[in-house]
Amino acid sequence: MRVRFLAFAAAALAAASLMTAPAVAQDKSIIVSSTTSTQDSGLFGYILPKFKEKTGIDVKVVAQGTGQALDTARRGDADVVFVHAKAQEEKFVAEGWGVKRYPVMYNDFVLIGPKSDPAKVKGKDILSALKAIHDAGAPFVSRGDKSGTHAAELRLWKEAELDPAGSKPSWYREIGQGMGAALNTANAMGAYVLADRGTWISFKNKEQLEILVEGDERLFNQYGVILVNPEKHPHVKKEYGQQFIDWLISDEGQQAIAEYKIEGQQLFFPNAKSGS
Amino acid sequence: MEASSALELILTGDATLFAIVRLSLLVTLSATFFAALIGLPLGAIVALTNFPGRHAVIVVLNGLMGLPPVVVGLLVFLLLSRSGPLGPLGLLFTPTAMVIAQTVLITPIIAALSRQVIEDLWTEYREELMAMEVGPLTRVKTLLWDARYSLVTILLAGFGRAAAEVGAVMIVGGNIENFTRVMTTTIALETSKGNLPLAIGLGMVLITLIIFVNALAWAVRRWSEAHAG
Repeated sequence: MRVRFLAFAAAALAAASLMTAPAVAQDKSIIVSSTTSTQDSGLFGYILPKFKEKTGIDVKVVAQGTGQALDTARRGDADVVFVHAKAQEEKFVAEGWGVKRYPVMYNDFVLIGPKSDPAKVKGKDILSALKAIHDAGAPFVSRGDKSGTHAAELRLWKEAELDPAGSKPSWYREIGQGMGAALNTANAMGAYVLADRGTWISFKNKEQLEILVEGDERLFNQYGVILVNPEKHPHVKKEYGQQFIDWLISDEGQQAIAEYKIEGQQLFFPNAKSGS
Repeated sequence: MEASSALELILTGDATLFAIVRLSLLVTLSATFFAALIGLPLGAIVALTNFPGRHAVIVVLNGLMGLPPVVVGLLVFLLLSRSGPLGPLGLLFTPTAMVIAQTVLITPIIAALSRQVIEDLWTEYREELMAMEVGPLTRVKTLLWDARYSLVTILLAGFGRAAAEVGAVMIVGGNIENFTRVMTTTIALETSKGNLPLAIGLGMVLITLIIFVNALAWAVRRWSEAHAG
C-alpha cells in the first residue's frame, strides 16, 4: 500500500522534472515585450515563423500595454520592446534603457461606437466627434491602462481641449484593461471606444458596434522597435535581439508585415524607411 | 489557434490545444506535488507540537488560504524579475516560474486543511497512541497514514485552486505562445479577442479535465479501500 503511494509520488516528481526539459532546449530565443494590438491582431503569428525559419531564433512575445511593456524592458525582463507610443519610446531611449529606436510600421486608430450613434459622430473628424460625445454625455470606454492606445486617446482629448480623464464625468469609463476587453465592454454598454484598426478587424464580438470615424491623419499610429540596452542589463541577448530588429526593418521583414491580411484587409503598413 | 469552436479543436486533435492542456496539467500537478511536500509536514508539525505563538500561526495559515492569485503573481514576479533578488536565475516568463507561483498559492491551503484534519485525528487517537508508548515519528506516520483519504481530498482542493487561477500564471508566465500559455490564460486571451464561443468551449474543456483528475483520485481511493487489508 505504502509502496503504491510512493510510486504515485515518484510519478508526480517525474512529471515535475519534465518541466525543465523544454526550458533548456529553447536556448536560441529572445523575449520581446510588445503590445496586445500586435498579438491579438495575429501579426506575430504570421511574421514570427518566417523569422524563425530564416534565423532559427525563437521569439517569445509577452503582450502587454505599451506602458507595462516598457516597464518590463526597463526591469531587464525582455530583450527587445516593440510598441507604439513614440514619446514614451524616445524617453525610454533617452534615459538609457534602450539602445536605439527604429520606426517599423504604422496602422491607424478608429473610433468605434454603437450603430445607433447617440452623439451623432459618424463622418466627423476625430476632434469634433470627441466634442460631440462630450456634449451629449454619451458613454465612452477608455482603456485606462497606460497603453499606447490609451496614450493616443488622451492626446486626442487634449487636442480637442477636453479633459474627461481629469474631471471623470460618469459617462467616461476607464476600465484598465486591454483592447479586446475594452471592445467587449463597449459592446455591452453601447459605448464609444477608440481602437486600433488591427484589433478591430480581427475582433469577433462586434455585434452592435461599427466604425464611425476613420481616416483622420491624427489617428495615425506609429510602431517602433528598440533593443534593451546591454549596458544596463548585461544578460540581454543583443546579437539575437539586433538580428530580429534588422530583419523587421529589412525589405524581407517589411514585406512580411505588408502581406499580413485579415479578410482581405491589410492591417499594418511598413514604413521603416520613411517613418518617424 | 484558428477555430470557431473548442469542439472542433478537440475533434481534429489540434496540436496547439493538446500542448496547452499538457502544460496546464504539468504546471498544476507539479505545483500540487511541491505544495504537498511542504504543506503536509508543515500541517502535521503545527497540529502535533506546542510552541509559543501557535494560535497566531494557525490563524495566519488559515487566512493565507484566501491569498489572491494576482498578489502571489506580483510577489513572485518581483522576486524573479531581472531587477529582483532572484533575477540572475532568469526564471521569469518560464513554466518553472508558474510552478513556483502556484506552489506559493496553494501551500497554505494544504497546510491549513491538513493541520485541521491531523489535529482532529490526534484528539481521537491520543489515548491509544499514548498507551502504546510510541515515539513522535511513529505517531506522525500513523496519523498521516490513517488520514490519507482526507489528505488526498485536501490535495485535490489545492489542485483545483491552482488549475483554476489565471492571475498568477498570467503575470509570471507572460502567456507566451507555445511556451507558457495554459488553459486559463488562453481563455482570458480568447475572451479579449471577442472569441466568446471558443473561450467558453475551452472553459468546458478545463472543467472536464479537473473533473477527470478528481474522478481518477476517487477511483484510486475506491480501489485501495477494496484492497485494503
